[in-house]
Parts: sequence; structure tokens; C-alpha cells
Amino acid sequence: MRAIGLILAGGSNNKMRELSNKRAIAAMPVAGSYRSIDFALSNMSNSHIQKVAVLTQYNARSLNEHLSSSKWWDFGRKQGGLFVFTPMVTADNSWWYRGTADAMYQNLNFLKNSHEPYVVIASGDGIYKLDYNKVLEYHIAKRADVTVVCTDIDGDDINRFGVLRMNEESRIEEFEEKPMVTQSHTISTGIYVLRRRQLVEMLEKCAQEDRHDFVKDILIRYKNLKRIYGYKIKDYWSNISTVESYYKTNMDFLRPDVREYFFRQRPEIKTKIDDLPPAKYNPGADVKNSLIASGCIINGEVDNSVLFKNVFVGNNCVIKNSIILNDVYLGDNTHIENCIVESRDTIRANSYHYGEDGIKIVVEKNERYVI
Amino acid sequence: MIKKEMIAMLLAGGQGSRLGVLTEKVAKPAVSFGGKYRIIDFPLSNCINSGIDTVGVLTQYQPLLLNTHIGIGIPWDLDKNEGGVTVLPPYEKSTNSEWYTGTANAIYQNMAYMEQYNPDYVLILSGDHIYKMDYEVMLDFHKANKADVTIATMSVPLEEASRFGIVVTDETNQITQFEEKPEKPSSNLASMGIYIFSWAVLKEALLAKKDQNNCDFGMHVLPYCHEKRQRLFAYEYNGYWKDVGTLGSYWEANMELIDIIPEFNLYEEFWKIYTKGDIIPPQYISKEAVIGKSLIGEGSEIHGEVQNSVIGPNVYIGPGAVVKDSVIMRNTVIGSNTVVDKSILAENVIVGNDVVLGSGKEAENMSKPKVYAFGLVTIGEHSVIPDGVKIGKNTAISGVTTAKDYVNGELPSGGVIAKDGESA
Repeated sequence: MRAIGLILAGGSNNKMRELSNKRAIAAMPVAGSYRSIDFALSNMSNSHIQKVAVLTQYNARSLNEHLSSSKWWDFGRKQGGLFVFTPMVTADNSWWYRGTADAMYQNLNFLKNSHEPYVVIASGDGIYKLDYNKVLEYHIAKRADVTVVCTDIDGDDINRFGVLRMNEESRIEEFEEKPMVTQSHTISTGIYVLRRRQLVEMLEKCAQEDRHDFVKDILIRYKNLKRIYGYKIKDYWSNISTVESYYKTNMDFLRPDVREYFFRQRPEIKTKIDDLPPAKYNPGADVKNSLIASGCIINGEVDNSVLFKNVFVGNNCVIKNSIILNDVYLGDNTHIENCIVESRDTIRANSYHYGEDGIKIVVEKNERYVI
Repeated sequence: MIKKEMIAMLLAGGQGSRLGVLTEKVAKPAVSFGGKYRIIDFPLSNCINSGIDTVGVLTQYQPLLLNTHIGIGIPWDLDKNEGGVTVLPPYEKSTNSEWYTGTANAIYQNMAYMEQYNPDYVLILSGDHIYKMDYEVMLDFHKANKADVTIATMSVPLEEASRFGIVVTDETNQITQFEEKPEKPSSNLASMGIYIFSWAVLKEALLAKKDQNNCDFGMHVLPYCHEKRQRLFAYEYNGYWKDVGTLGSYWEANMELIDIIPEFNLYEEFWKIYTKGDIIPPQYISKEAVIGKSLIGEGSEIHGEVQNSVIGPNVYIGPGAVVKDSVIMRNTVIGSNTVVDKSILAENVIVGNDVVLGSGKEAENMSKPKVYAFGLVTIGEHSVIPDGVKIGKNTAISGVTTAKDYVNGELPSGGVIAKDGESA
């Protein structure tokens, strides 16, 4: 095996509003049946990377539950495996992960004790399919020190990413983290390939200088010293770490091309299996242009929406342009429009929720009475 | 030494010929049911939910799909270091090699498998019933009665009783009389084909009957135990139990799942039915789709109308198509503007555009009137049906058919097209 995988899944940010109260972004449910981290994990597994560590810190309960068995992604092997690393108090360290570089540094032994020559670093909040072997081939062909997977985007969203500019040989010449104003449309996807020893060396140096961030303190500072190359991807890629992008990404799956790409074309994205019964439609159900996950029971109207697993829709409900997360109970005559309903919520009968300017996040913690 | 209190032996070798083309290439326990499940998922899930972690599955007829489905037992948590699920096909012996010739003969041939777990009790199950049952409660009943054999039974209508093994019991539930498929049944308490044997009793009976031709539990072993005055008890079961042995009962049992509050509830949290979950994505219901009362599986794409039907995972239903009162199994494709009425379509079937399934008046099936009845259209797995043809009621199709197979573009009611060996 040529590479090990690291998935940085520690993050939280206030751009997810109430949704991040409950879980790390990497554990956000996506596209009806998946969680965000499934995409990075499946890409690793599909690229024949057998040894993967997930670095997690913020509100990791939901994520740990999802990763409680490694068999879903085929990591339950004698060779390799799936490792979950949370910060630990040790004799010489009592810090949380103070940044991405620090998170990796605190698990330096994992890197040092591996024998694979390369490391693929990915984040847990990207929705994409990628054969990391192709990036690795490119990395070797370019004789690069670090290869950054990048993509072009448009829109004012750009200032939440690392923005870069490459020369004609694809070497990265400019790299700015979250700039206010920029000319370039090329952003880093947070996926990197580099030699394992190179990474260990950089992390050790970085730690000595009391620096903690992989992008600011390593990539940007080293970009003129080391050969840092960009590998551009043109297929679907999306980052879900704001409410707006999370909403948009889920709605993207109502498009036939996106469904074809993720649901039908191989290799497929794998996830934890929940053994839920098929979705059930009762008289009164009226569903249009929507994704419905297993275990749902539908008695009302659903239009242009994504229903995650185990959602119950009562009689005469109207759900429009909304995302209903796992295990939500919607009482009779409820109207939900332009909303994201938090998982495990119980919405009382006759409730009305409407996202007037933008997406409304509905979090209700009512008691659920089940017969 | 390995020690398991109770192990289960699951008889899954039968063909189930009354399911017609559905079991032409698939053993009955591997036939899909309720959208995403296969029939064998019910006894296997019952086992693990009852705390039985050692299950031998006896296979013989068309085992490929069954073997693929069971694998090493991961979906049922039966991938164990000690015990777990083991598939037991018939095997060659130095003398006297034979197929499994009967239910008890099959168990007899796997004496060594049972022996290695050193069990106190052996649970005998069959892989062709739909039910939820806690075998541990039945075992408690067995122990409380100091029984040698306990037979799970349920009351059936007296007029149907002659299809079953019938037991007559005294007030303590001890069996006083045993009749296998009697013409004039003396009670309506039917055996469900689920037995708990105390191991020593089972072993002794199997050895005593080892030279019996087609040795069968109902015909030979139970009467033998009864004659020897062993303690046979009837455990009465009152829940939902369905034999899906005929196309009619198979179709009916699927339809019952669609009821608003079905008698057999798959949505209960505490007694989950597990199956191999190989299809993950959610289903997509398009703008032009109309969905009435139905069950629809993962990954399906519905562009047409679905009423009162059970749709398996990864099914595609084209725009303008109308599916009514039907069972459609996984990976099947229904073309645009096709009408599917009261039909059972097996896995991986491709139905063209503008086809009508279930048209016209009923007529008796010309080759197997007892199998293809109930007004159903039955299509075997991997069949292909060309554009624009009409197919009547009580019909069956298997294999890749082309327009040439349909005289005047039609298969009238009661007709059969079997193109075996041509399905590619």
C-alpha cells in the first residue's frame, strides 16, 4: 500500500448556526442516506487506502457513533484499519488540538509508525468522489513536495476558502487563506498529498515554532521554498460547512446528473447500514421531486425536499423546499417551508415554519408521544 | 470444549415449485419479500433477536443467490468467532453419497456439525415463512414442560387443516395424537414446521431412522418420537405467521404490508428484520410521479404512478407508467407508459415501453393451472419484455422475450412463455 489517510474532522464553525450544536460538521447527514464523512472515507476505501485515521475534537459523539464499526467502509481488516483520534492528556501535552497541524502533530506516532510512503489528507466536510491514486500519480510525476487538490468555483462564497493561483506548470504561486478580495477563482479543497516523511518533518518544525495551522503555517509559508502543486478537479465538489452551502448541496441531489454521478456510477459511496424498512406511503401522501430515505412514513404533501431516514409526516402536512433530518416526527397539519428541521425533532400538530429570507433552522425539543 | 445451549438448523434447500418462475433459478428462501427483504431474513433475524448465534443453513436447490445473500452472516451479526452462520450443502462421503432426501435426512447428514457445538437443544426451522417469533420463549416453554420435543403450532381454519401436520393436545398442551396432512383432521392446531428437540432425543431418533427413505420430520421422526412415548408438547403461537408457498399467498402477504396499520409491522424498533443492505441511496420521486398507498425501497426512481404496490430497491418506473396492485422486486425497470396490473415481477426484469401487464379477462393457465392462478401475471428474474406487447392474466414469462414471441403482439390470459437458457 502506498498511502495512509488522514481525515480532519475536528471542526465546528458558527456558520452552521444551530446545526453544529449537536454534532461535528463531518457528521452532518447528507443526501438522505449519508453523513458528510462517508464521502472522504469511501474515497479512501475506493482508492485502496487501507489505513485511515480520523482526527476529531468538537462534539464528536455523533461522529463516533457513526464510526463505531469500520466494516461499512471495508476498513475492518488485519492490514490497516480505521482509527479515531481525539485529543488526549499525556505526560507532555495537555492541549486540545490547537489547529490542523497540531492535531496531526499530536498523533505523530501514527505517522511515524506507518510504513506507507505517502499520506493523503482530506477533510470531513467535502462532498465529492475522487480517486486519490490519480492525485498521487500526478504528485509523483510533478516531483512535488505537496500537492493541493483544487477546484474552480464562482460566487461570493470564495472568501471562506483558501484561494490560490498556479503558474502554467500548475505550481502554486499565490495562496491566500480566506481573502476579502481576490482575482482568482481557484480554491483549495482541503485535500493534500505528500510524502509521509516530508509531513513528519514539517509538523515537527512547525511545532517547534509553536505554530499550529497546516494552511497558514505550513502551506503558505513554504510555498516558495517547497514545490507545491495544484491538481485541479472538474467533477462535482462541494463543501457543506455553512447553512447555505449545506442546504444547496442537499438540494443538488434532486438534479438527475448529481444523482447519476453519486448514486449510480461506481465506485459507490458507502455508509453505516441502519436496517430500516422501505419507505411507506399512506393515503394522502403526495410527493413530488423529492428524495425519501428508508424508514419514512408519509401521509402528507412533500415537494422539492429531502427527507432523511425515519421521518414521519402526518396527515395534511405540507413540506416544501425543505430538508428534514433523521428521525423527525411531524404532527398533522404542519407546514414547513424553506426550513432545515433538526434531527430527532418532534414538531407538534398545526405548527407553521417558514424561512422568510433564507433558510430557517427548526429546532424543537417537544416530548414525543408514541403509541 | 465449545458449548452452545441451543443451535438452530434452518432448512433452506427446497425449491418451492408452487412459486412458478419466481423459483426457477432461485431457492424459495432467497425470494424477495416486502421490498428489500428475502424470505430467509425473517427466520435469521428471529434467531439473532432470540439470542441464538449459531445457525446452520441447509441448502440444496439453486443456492447461488442464497449463498451470496448469507455470506458470512454480517447483516444478522452472525459473523462470529465461535458459531455464527454456516452454510451446509450436501456433500460427498466415502460411502453412500446422496442429496438431502428429506427434512430429517438433511439434518441427519449434518450430525457432525451439530455435534461440534455440544448443544442441549436443537431448533429446527424452515426458510419459507414470514413471521416474528421469540424462540427463547419457546425454549422456556420446552424446559418448563421437561419436554423432549416441542412443536410450534397455531390454529388454522378447519377446512385448511388438511394441508398441515395436525396435533391433538391434552389440557397441559402435551400432544396425544399426531397426524401428517390428514384427510379428516381431528383438530385445527397446525404444526408450523418449527421444532425444539432435546439434543439426545433428536440424535437418537435420527440414528434410528437413518435408513428411512426421504426421512421427514412430520412423516417419520415425530411419529417415531410419539410412538416411543416421548414427551411431545405443542407451543401455541398467536402472532402473524404466513406461509408464502403459493403465488397467491405470496402476493397477498406483500399486499398486507401496505395497510395503514399492517398486521405484520416492519416499523417496530425492538424486533428488527435484518437484511443485506447493499443499496444505500434514498429513493427519488419525480415531479410527474403519483404515489398512492405503497412501500418503496431504497434507491428507486419513480417517474410514473404507483398505487397499492410493493416496490423493491433500485427499481426504475418510467414516466407515464402505471403500477397497480403489484409486487416489483429489486433492480427491475418498467418502461414509459407501461401498465402493470396485479403482477409479480422478479429481480432484474426489464419491461419495455407501452406494455400492458394483466390485460383482458381471466383464463385458466394452460400448463400449470394450480400454480399460475389468482389472476396474476408472474415474470421470472432477468426476463426481458419488448415494447408494446399485451400480456393477459394467469400468465408467466421467463427469459429474454422478443416481439416474435408474442402472436399479434399479445400473450393471452393463461399463456406461458419460457425461454430458458437464452437469458444472457
